[in-house]
Amino acid sequence: MLAQEFMRNALIAGSAVGIACGLVGWFVVLRAQVFAGDALSHLAFTGAMAAAAIGIDLRAGLFAVTILGGVVLGTLGDRARADDVAIGTLFAWTLGLGVLFLSIFTTNGSASNGAAGVRVLFGSIFGLSAADVRTAVALAAVVLVVLAAIGRPLLFSSLDSAVAGVQGVPVRTLGIVFLGLVGLVAAEATQAVGALLLLGLVAAPAGAAHRLTTRPRAGLGLSALFALASVWIGLSLAYAFPTLPPSTMVISTAVAIYAAAMSLRPVRRLLG
Amino acid sequence: MLTTSVFTGLSWNPVTDVRALLTFPFMQHALAAGTIVAVMAGVVGWFMVLRRQTFAGHTLSVTAFTGASAAGLAGIPVIAGYFGVCSLGALALAAAAGTRRGLSTESAATGSVGALALALGYLFVSLYHGLLNGLSSLLFGTFLGITSTQVLVLLAVAALTVALVALAARPLLFASVDPDIARAGGVPVQLLGFGFLLVLGLSVAETSQITGALLVFALLVMPAAAAQRLTARPFLGVVLSVSIALTVTWLGLALAYFSIYPVGFYVTSLSFAVYVLARLRR
Repeated sequence: MLAQEFMRNALIAGSAVGIACGLVGWFVVLRAQVFAGDALSHLAFTGAMAAAAIGIDLRAGLFAVTILGGVVLGTLGDRARADDVAIGTLFAWTLGLGVLFLSIFTTNGSASNGAAGVRVLFGSIFGLSAADVRTAVALAAVVLVVLAAIGRPLLFSSLDSAVAGVQGVPVRTLGIVFLGLVGLVAAEATQAVGALLLLGLVAAPAGAAHRLTTRPRAGLGLSALFALASVWIGLSLAYAFPTLPPSTMVISTAVAIYAAAMSLRPVRRLLG
Repeated sequence: MLTTSVFTGLSWNPVTDVRALLTFPFMQHALAAGTIVAVMAGVVGWFMVLRRQTFAGHTLSVTAFTGASAAGLAGIPVIAGYFGVCSLGALALAAAAGTRRGLSTESAATGSVGALALALGYLFVSLYHGLLNGLSSLLFGTFLGITSTQVLVLLAVAALTVALVALAARPLLFASVDPDIARAGGVPVQLLGFGFLLVLGLSVAETSQITGALLVFALLVMPAAAAQRLTARPFLGVVLSVSIALTVTWLGLALAYFSIYPVGFYVTSLSFAVYVLARLRR
């Protein structure tokens, strides 16, 4: 399996994406911002399609729109937590825009353009080039550095924003920076598992970790580990059974891990 | 749309334009289906926004995609897939909500259900080797090719859901506004919440046949959210929500008929404009 170059690329990029998703996802679940994460992942589709429609590099649109979207979502809500209805309205409209760009793009170009839309929605991890892999690893490193820098105050303000605010933690700014970071991760993960499925990689491993431990350090580690395991198991399954799409396998593994973590407590209660 | 070249363009004469709109049976079906869906989405959406269940609604709408693609793969009518899988999704969400411990775990569960549903939908589509056009109309909706049987099924389901909501309107309103006091007053809050999720599943299954699985929100959330911005009175709010949904659907269908761009874009943009106006007004 490792002899194939596309497989090596997929595994390296997938690991970088997995670690980034797992770490950021832990905070996303802690802050109950899964819906905002969902909205940002849909923005990724609009961004990529807008870039395709005007004919610039897909990735430029992807990153610009998701990071901007994160910052906008952060500023919308009070205490940097936008409410559900505002998020839902905004992301339904951006998806509508994405469809417009998709139709402009497909009517202008050849039939192969339609496939580009599907790639953005559902990912194309087996089609990554060496340059894509380098970008993915570099971005994961950026995410790690930013998280390491803001991790402590972010944790404080997520758990008790009122007390953190009194203590002089810039709660609002942190919320905006964090959603921008989620946007960055969403854009990165779009290339691996697609704009529609990346929420599974953000929410499921983190949800499982939160289920198993309340300790931040252990939780973050577990979350990254679960996301990493989902990517590896998912990619191996997709390699072994070529009819199965890789992104589906990665997400199914992540959700299976989550379901296992959910059932751990009832099972233990039954046994003991 | 490919078929646009067959029709005469916009003449800017309202009478001839409306007549042109109503000439073809497919367009009559689309308008009838759009009207049915808009009324139902306006009513159910108002309660959904009131109950702050927009994320659940989104997740259910995503399962509509899974249902349709599973039905395509299994060779059963698509409409059966929509309703079957959406009801299943509602049951799964209700089960997750029943055992909830905190807000954070619940939202992670909802998000995971949604992502898994989309992943499975994609799996079914790729196993089916379906056309890419089929995929994008499942996700983003189409108003072409609605049959008269489909319109009848839509009507029956819409009548059922609206009747259910109307029957339970008073206790549902009470339970949505203040669950604790409602429970103390003997209202079966848990049962109502469960029933509402099922109704929501049915409405989402129905709406997604027009707007596509990803754009259900355009009709379910935005008109209702705009209505709740404008008035706090329940009856007036529901009426307003239905009127906005109807206007947006009719305009969206008409615009899509006279142009080459997809109906999903027009419906979402019009509803978003209404929502923004409603927000600015206060």
